[in-house]
Amino acid sequence: MADAIGTGSDVVQFRFRDDAQVDHAAVTVDAFLDQSNAAAVRIEPGDDARALLPHLERLALVEVNFPVFGDGRGYSSARILREAGYTGELRAVGDVLVDQIAFMRRCGFDSFAPAVPLDEADVAAAFSTWPEVYQPTTDGRVPIWKLRHG
Amino acid sequence: MKILTGNDLKTGAVTWWDGQNWSLHVDDAVDVGDNADEILGRESAARRVNAAYAIDAERQADGTVRPAHIKDRVRALGPTVRPDLTLKPADPAALNWVI
Amino acid sequence: MYRYDQYDQAMVDARVAEFRDQARRRLEGKLTEDQFKPLRLMNGLYLQLHAYMLRVAVPYGTLSSAQMHMLGDIADKYDRGYGHFTTRQNIQYNWIKLEDAGDILADLASVEMHAIQTSGNCIRNISSDHFAGAAADELVDPRPYAELLRQWSSFHPEFSFLPRKFKIAVIASKRDRAAMRLHDIGVEIVRNDAGEIGAAFYVGGGMGRTPMVAPCIRDFVPLDQFITYAEACLRVYNRYGRRDNKYKARIKILVHELGKDEYTQQVEEEFAHLLAQGIEPPLAELERIKAHFADPAFKTGLPTEIDRSDPDFALWVDRNTHPHKAPGYVSATISLKPVGGIPGDASADQIRLMARLAKEYSFDECRVTHAQNIVLPHVEIGQLHALWTELEAAGLGTPNLDRIDDIIACPGLDYCSLANARSIPVAQKISQRFAANGKADVIGELKLKISGCINACGHHHAGHIGILGVDKKGTENYQLLLGGSEAEDTSLGKITGPGFDEAGIVDAVEKATDVYLANRQDGERFLDTYRRIGMEPFKEALYG
Repeated sequence: MADAIGTGSDVVQFRFRDDAQVDHAAVTVDAFLDQSNAAAVRIEPGDDARALLPHLERLALVEVNFPVFGDGRGYSSARILREAGYTGELRAVGDVLVDQIAFMRRCGFDSFAPAVPLDEADVAAAFSTWPEVYQPTTDGRVPIWKLRHG
Repeated sequence: MKILTGNDLKTGAVTWWDGQNWSLHVDDAVDVGDNADEILGRESAARRVNAAYAIDAERQADGTVRPAHIKDRVRALGPTVRPDLTLKPADPAALNWVI
Repeated sequence: MYRYDQYDQAMVDARVAEFRDQARRRLEGKLTEDQFKPLRLMNGLYLQLHAYMLRVAVPYGTLSSAQMHMLGDIADKYDRGYGHFTTRQNIQYNWIKLEDAGDILADLASVEMHAIQTSGNCIRNISSDHFAGAAADELVDPRPYAELLRQWSSFHPEFSFLPRKFKIAVIASKRDRAAMRLHDIGVEIVRNDAGEIGAAFYVGGGMGRTPMVAPCIRDFVPLDQFITYAEACLRVYNRYGRRDNKYKARIKILVHELGKDEYTQQVEEEFAHLLAQGIEPPLAELERIKAHFADPAFKTGLPTEIDRSDPDFALWVDRNTHPHKAPGYVSATISLKPVGGIPGDASADQIRLMARLAKEYSFDECRVTHAQNIVLPHVEIGQLHALWTELEAAGLGTPNLDRIDDIIACPGLDYCSLANARSIPVAQKISQRFAANGKADVIGELKLKISGCINACGHHHAGHIGILGVDKKGTENYQLLLGGSEAEDTSLGKITGPGFDEAGIVDAVEKATDVYLANRQDGERFLDTYRRIGMEPFKEALYG
């Protein structure tokens, strides 16, 4: 399952990257666009992730906030960033729950900082629930239609 | 009076707070006065009830309990269009009680 | 019809395991109700007035005999001996226990069925034409496209927490038998001038609090870009649909507030971006799915004449059968609207009977219609009398398709925690009134629809006559609407004026039909007369 669970930070509970965890203070999108030296930004649900696209090469960390798990805008933000070629850390923060975490991973999140720590066994089960996937995302999993037709 | 009602977590059955437990029968409901929130909090946390809430009701002269809103009277009895599936399948007056 | 391969089955089985785990965590207290509710909703499990209610998906309304039989068995084993067919072609059970839900989903999975995404803020059951694959007037069978959409929308990682529910309908004929333009996305499969098949997209329709007819945002999407276009429509909605107000969160509000042109522009930009992402299944996948929908082995040289010597049988044939593309066949509608009955309900025995009839008379297939009836799509004309005889014996032979007593009604306050008023008793009294006054046959086609609340699950906005139940100071009250249509001449009903109590609404409906009968010109249906003479004569009759 995961490469590293609990990287020693008490905020990031799950992380699936080999590089060093970045914890520059994440600024807002507006502040980020104003500053040339920020390397970490936090996207709120109402922010337009595409505002970051011209600046991806200087970003080491993008946090996407889920203030309430039912607000699913962060899933689109994540996919937009990954589809644009962002390869830095993409972290889901906030109301991150076991039953959404597999979807989040598929959308491109590779680290998770739930506001309320999750049960690690439940998370492991969540990540292994789906034997296959119907839709391709940037996570590289082969969609069922491709398994059918090669 | 103020009574409490909810659903059994496992079965979904409609239940009414009778002072100690959750009864299937609205006539067992007791007046909780100002203690609704405290009871609801405790009983929900213990999972002895699900989706519970407080409602207005009146104790009738014959001792039975009549919820103020028709929706809760439907919950108390069962669907008016299937008397056979209600808690009082043999009672022709039950439908009038709901309405 | 579609059959799962090992991949489809594995996904449904995984979903059963996931839900069992979620239910276990709820029962153990590891999940609060607030956390569990959206999860159980995504498996169609509501908490309603009397118990949990389970809404089982019937993809585009199509069922095999074995599946229909299982639905009957589930009604007996886990419920109280009946089920309710809905206006989205699904089936609902009203007396479900949470502790049984995992087993029910497992039983469903054993016949390639599920309750996936039949509720929740996600993409719901894809609906379609109940005469698909049979109707003489269809361009192609729309169901392969619906199946493609079903797989694309199932467990979609980006679109599982939308602002609100999302309903898609697919048709492939000019006659709209699926209320296509009253959906969040309506797709019409069309042929362009070059003779190519593609999809016209209508986005932003819906009923409920603010009913709207969907505008066409793209009149032709090539088939090899079909899923990508749908994805673009959803992504714009997920990003920009309102999240501040539950009553303004549907895509119809977004399309309305942005304007059709601006919404379309945003979709086209997203579409252009997504085309480079390789998310479209290959056409080979559509072809693979289409192969499951190949015509059954229709016989040729069949008799096409009907023996009309039994007038009751002849009446049923005239009312309840629909022309078929194959000579010697018709599609037959089984009415779940007996006079005084509960619209859309069927007992477990009736469900199993219909399963057997599907097997014996209709190549093992039946359909659920959004009007809450059942269709046997491919019946030999020569076997109609035998079929009808069996239906009559089971109380399923009412010859009232599209008549005033073929009422669409939501479960209403008898079952539904969202309702303000009971809808079923009103339906029963209306059907009894018109059976007694003998006017149903004289009136002809009249689509009457009743909703017990503004959520409009009874589609009252789209009724030739619509009834909306409201709460008027704690008592049930009913508003009357006239002139709605769910067909290709889509229109939204207009309210007549002040509401009525239960007795009053039944009288009001009769008065409205009397105005029609007094004013109609040759061949006019109720809807046509209303459209010609307007609301005034009706208001006059209702309110004096």
